[in-house]
Parts: sequence; structure tokens; C-alpha cells
Amino acid sequence: MTKQTKTQSRRAFLKGAAVTGAGLATTKAMAATPDPLITEVQPWAQQLGDGVDVTPYGLPIEFEKDVVRRNVEWLTADTISSINFTPIHALDGTITPQGCAFERHHSGAIELAKSDYRLMINGLVDQPLVFSYADLERFPRENHVYFCECAANTGMEWAGAQLNGAQFTHGMVHNMEYTGVPLRALLQEAGYDISAKWIFVEGADASSNGRSIPMEKALDDVLVAFKANGEALRKEHGYPVRLVVPGWEGNLWIKWIRRIEVMDGPVESREETSKYTDTLADGTSRKWTWAMDAKSVVTSPSPQSPITHGTGPLVITGLAWSGRGAIKRVDVSKDGGKTWEIARLAKPGEKMALSRFYLDTDWDGSEMLLQSRAMDETGYVQPTKTQLRAVRGENSIYHNNCIQTWWVRENGKAENVEVS
Amino acid sequence: MSKFLNLATVLVLMASAATAESVAGKFGLGRVALLEEIAAWDKDVRPNGEGLPVGSGNVLWGEEIFAEKCASCHGDFAEGVGNWPKLSGGQDTLADKDPLKTVGSYWPYLSTTWDYVNRSMPFGNAQSLTDDEVYAMVAYILYSNDLVDDDFVLSNETFFNVEMPNADGFIVDDRVETEHALWVGEPCMQDCKEDVKITMRARVLDVTPEEITATEEVAAAGNAADVEKSVAETAAIDPALVKAGKKVFKKCKSCHQVGEKAKNRSGPILNGLMGRAAGQVEGYKYSKAMRESGVVWNAETLSEFLLKPKAFVKGTKMGFNGLKKDKDRAAIAAYLSTFE
Repeated sequence: MTKQTKTQSRRAFLKGAAVTGAGLATTKAMAATPDPLITEVQPWAQQLGDGVDVTPYGLPIEFEKDVVRRNVEWLTADTISSINFTPIHALDGTITPQGCAFERHHSGAIELAKSDYRLMINGLVDQPLVFSYADLERFPRENHVYFCECAANTGMEWAGAQLNGAQFTHGMVHNMEYTGVPLRALLQEAGYDISAKWIFVEGADASSNGRSIPMEKALDDVLVAFKANGEALRKEHGYPVRLVVPGWEGNLWIKWIRRIEVMDGPVESREETSKYTDTLADGTSRKWTWAMDAKSVVTSPSPQSPITHGTGPLVITGLAWSGRGAIKRVDVSKDGGKTWEIARLAKPGEKMALSRFYLDTDWDGSEMLLQSRAMDETGYVQPTKTQLRAVRGENSIYHNNCIQTWWVRENGKAENVEVS
Repeated sequence: MSKFLNLATVLVLMASAATAESVAGKFGLGRVALLEEIAAWDKDVRPNGEGLPVGSGNVLWGEEIFAEKCASCHGDFAEGVGNWPKLSGGQDTLADKDPLKTVGSYWPYLSTTWDYVNRSMPFGNAQSLTDDEVYAMVAYILYSNDLVDDDFVLSNETFFNVEMPNADGFIVDDRVETEHALWVGEPCMQDCKEDVKITMRARVLDVTPEEITATEEVAAAGNAADVEKSVAETAAIDPALVKAGKKVFKKCKSCHQVGEKAKNRSGPILNGLMGRAAGQVEGYKYSKAMRESGVVWNAETLSEFLLKPKAFVKGTKMGFNGLKKDKDRAAIAAYLSTFE
């Protein structure tokens, strides 16, 4: 109460000061003629809109039709075994709507009905088991928000600035609230051998995408999820059941998961040897690079989201995340990394989930080299591309978590660039 | 051993498993997986050979199968077509500017190749190969990488005689040790560098897809609805057959495209196929055999071609095996006739 009164009186004081303090008030623009959108009765203010039976399940209004997943045709031989990108340049907050959350398939998005769904647990267990979808819904459930990032996100940027848009450079990421059963509970139900160090997980689609995961992670925070953002998973995200492997590369998040095998060693499948391994400058390659290191990107302004309002108040915003814990801080630079300001986190960072940051600023209309730099709770600071290249060379493909630079021009347009 | 003894042994084993070595659940959910079910799904093969079935296949047979089922994407010599994966070559390139990662140059384990071909290939017809065919095909892939001779027979016994060149080329993730120590602590906030220069621009490369705007999209959606309507009208003869054809066409989709945005891929565009002379799509590189076949496509010729592609146009580069069912071929013809 006291605080409110104080604020109110302070506001009243400031208002009074502005009126009397000659010339000190912010002068607002004047319209030359009255705005017909206000002075004339518009059709939507006169006629009737849609009834409640028109849209049993809604899509965004047509004015938002450009906020969609996009693919980059030349990246892959075929759209069936390919990837598309979340329109992060046009979203805000942290939760990614399922309908525009990036997809990655190896043999296309399949249609698998709940009634046809089976999940097998076999290998080093007391009793190999088969669960139906209905069985899974009878285990105690948990809810968690996690980001899922493809290990190849920003992978096209290793050798230089290539794709002109945050959607294309950083859009292989989404962030959803998952409902599911801890994998631990299912492994316990089958009676896993405590000496077993690995599990192998595989999907039901034709690619049989399969990955080996250490038992320690499996028992820690891995979820067998069937809902995302409150509703059933979308077909393209693994309906009816997918694996959620918090903080670790998206390829491990097996969609349409059909089998979990408890093992004493890894399978060394195609996806963990020939792919998702990171080749260093000397030709040797790192394997089992599961965790996603801290990363951030300014989503607006950016090439697909230019400044259109001229000088004055400008909201610089972006996303930050870490596969090793919560985001603690994000810094923003307007001059290519010479000086940095601490950005405002919309709320305290959560473990393995996207954080939204804002830098509310006053743009004087001059060029900017916009960058963001994330720090996570381990103390790790997001590196520059030069720093990354010094350790890894340019052939890693995966795990490029470098600081991104947007060159914002006087006209508000932005471009993906690299700086010294 | 008597039945009684057997049962007693099992009980003892179960008891020890449940008490000493494992953690068991309490919900009583799920049912016991049958051995046949486990055998059907548990197909992964590991570097130590675990999971590898008894069988064999030689290079020459593998070459035949490869030409028929794989070459349309991976090339006759496993060299890759277009953007499809190259399976051979690239040895000693891993430290180069653009390394070529193939089975021969990169894959550390032979088990991975066998496992992947067996469970995930051919693209669009996975899990259709017999064990012996997989052995033969993997033998051919090894041969195309100069890792075995042309008389080599790959079997569950010769499996471990093959040396993979990059077997020792991998290290376990060491980022925490090698990188994190470099990039921790309070970062610089002021005067962090003297000078900043733009060293590269994405616009110069110009490889970003065109932007779309909301209004254009709305217009495009309208057109699509019109197209769909006209498709429905032309197909009014037998919509069920067209629908069935769309399903069958999934087998063709990895190489052929139809519709408004169709482009030539590893196979030519199939819009306006009916009534067209074979081998005439602009910008597509046909085999000489197809160009000079003199075939004009209609429901009959297409059906004949699709029954045995290599017999109907001897020398066609289409790797597809064909459609054995009459109704599938009729459905494809009906479906393709809807694309003008």
C-alpha cells in the first residue's frame, strides 16, 4: 500500500513537472489528419465475427502466415531425411508452439496410432517387458520444460557467415513443457541389472534411429514423454511417445520410441559414429559429445526482423540456453564485442530450458554490431567463433555454440556477419 | 536333467537376479515380452559381433544388389549421386579443408555398416533385405573402398578379418577438460578489443532461402486450394484409385517429385507425364537408353515399365525394382495423370 501511494505521488509530481517545466517534456508526434481507423466505423466493429464452431482447433490468424518453419533446400538430398527451422526471429517468451517447432526426420514423420504403439524393454533385465500406451499413462507422471537443440544447429556457420537469418543460423532449437514418465521408473519395472552401464534406445520409423545412452543419464532425468505444451505430441515430434534427454543433443531424443535395451556397452550405431561425431583440425574426431554447451542469439533485431521504427526506444531480445544447467547471465554488445552490457533475464534461468533476455535501449540510428554472450551456472562463458576454431578447426559440423554477430545498418536492416 | 531340476535352477537364478543384482519395480504394469517379439525387434549389431546372424555374401552378388537397390542414390560405385551420401573414397582427407567421410575413410566399425544397412536401408524400403543380401552388399561397399578384393566373401566368420582404416580415429568427448577451463570466469565488459572489422558477410554468399511475407502466403494458400479442386475434378473418374496411387507413390518420392514446386531430383519431374515422350524433361540427365527408347507414356506403357523397369527400357538408370501388383501400377498411373 505504502509503496503504491509513493509511486503514484511520484508520478503525479513528474507529470506536474513536465507540464510546468517549459520544453523539458517529451514531445509526442502529431497526426496531420484524423486516423480513419479510429474515426470511421470499421467492418469488424459493425459486422459479426466467426462463431465458436468455425475453428474446432485453431491455427494462427492469416496475418501470421509468415511465422512458419522453413527449410534450406540445398542442405540435404531429400526433404524426407532432412531438417527445418523454428521461426525464432518472430517468437517471444520461451515456449515454442508445437506447430512451428523444428523437425528433423531420417525417414519421414510417420503416423503411429496409440493403439498400435508398443514399448519394449529388453536386454539385461529381470523380465523383458512390453508396455502399451495405456500402460505408460498409469505410471506417476512429471512435468518439465526443456529445450531440444539439434547438434548441427549453427553447423553451417563454421567456415564463415553463411545463412542470413536467426531462424536459419539458430532455429534448430525448441523449448516445450513435457509430460511423461521418468525412464527410471520403466527400467525399475523391468528390473535392470545394476552392473549395466548403457542403454540403447530406438525408434519405430524406417530409419530405426538408435542411440546408446549411459545408464547414469538414463536414471537421472530422462523422460518418456507423451505430451508437449499440454497436448499430445505432434506427429512430427514423435507421436505418441518420444524420449526427452534434457540438455543433450536432439538426435538422442528418439521419436516414436519403441525399444529400450539395457546393455553392458554401447552399440556404436551409425548415428553415434559416422554422424554426430565432431572432427577436429588434425582429423581425429570427438565422439559421445552429448551435452549442448551454453549458447545465445539475438533474435530481434536480426536479418528477418529488422528495425522498422527509426531511432528511439528499441527492444533488443534473444534466447539463451545451456545443456549443463541454468543460464545465469546474458551480456549484449552493440559494437562487435568491444563493450558489453548486462541484459535483463525475463525470469531466472531454469535448468536445460530456454531463457529469454531483453536489453531495453535507446537507438541513436547508428550502425550496430549486435552480439550476445551467455553464461551458465557452471561459470562457462559462451566463446567467440575465433576461440572455438582455435580448439576445433572448422570441420566439426556439430556443437557450434559461438557468439553470433548481426550487423544492423542505419536503415534498420541487419545482416549475418563475422567480425575480427 | 529332469524337468524338476530345470525349474529349480530357473527359480534360483530368478531369485538371485531379483535380490542381488537388479532393481525391480512395483507397479505390475506391462506384460512379459515373448522371445519371438524380442527377436523381431532386437536386431542391433555391436562392434564385438554381438547380434550378428550366421550368413554370407560375396562382392559380385553385392554389386548386383547394389546396382538394383542402392545406386540410384549412392551411385554405381558408391560414389554418391548429388547430395546423397557418398559411401566410398575420401581416405586420408579427414584433416583436409573439406573431409570426405565415407565407410572407408571414417566409419570406425564394420558392425555399424552391417547394422545400418540391415535396419535402415534401402531408403523407403527398410528391413527388406535378407541377412545374406546384407553381407553381400556390405562386402561390395568394402570393395568399393578398396578394403577387400573382388573375390572376398563377407560372413559372420570373416567379419573380423576386415580392418577399418579410421578405427583409431576417435576420442571420447573432452570438452570439459580442454575447453571449459579456457572459457570460465568473469568476462571482459569494457575495452575488450581495440578494433572490430567485418571479416565476412552472409549476403555475399547469398545462399539463404527467399523471405516469405504473410500476404503472399495467403495468396499462395488460395491457389493451392484451387489446384486441389481442379485435381479433384480431373480425377473424378476414380478418386479411390488416385488416393491409392498417392500412397504407392511414397515408394517413388525419394527420387521423383510432382506438383507445383516439383524439381528434378535423382529422377525427373513427373508432372505432365501422360502423353509425353520418354526422356524429354528439360534439365534432367537421362540414360541414353531412356532418351532413345521411343516410348510415349500412357497408363499401359507406364504399367509395363513399372512391372520390370530394366527389362522394358534396357539400360535405364532408374534403380527401382518395380511394382509387382497390377493394382499398384494402375493406381500410380491414375495418380500421376492428375498432375498436368
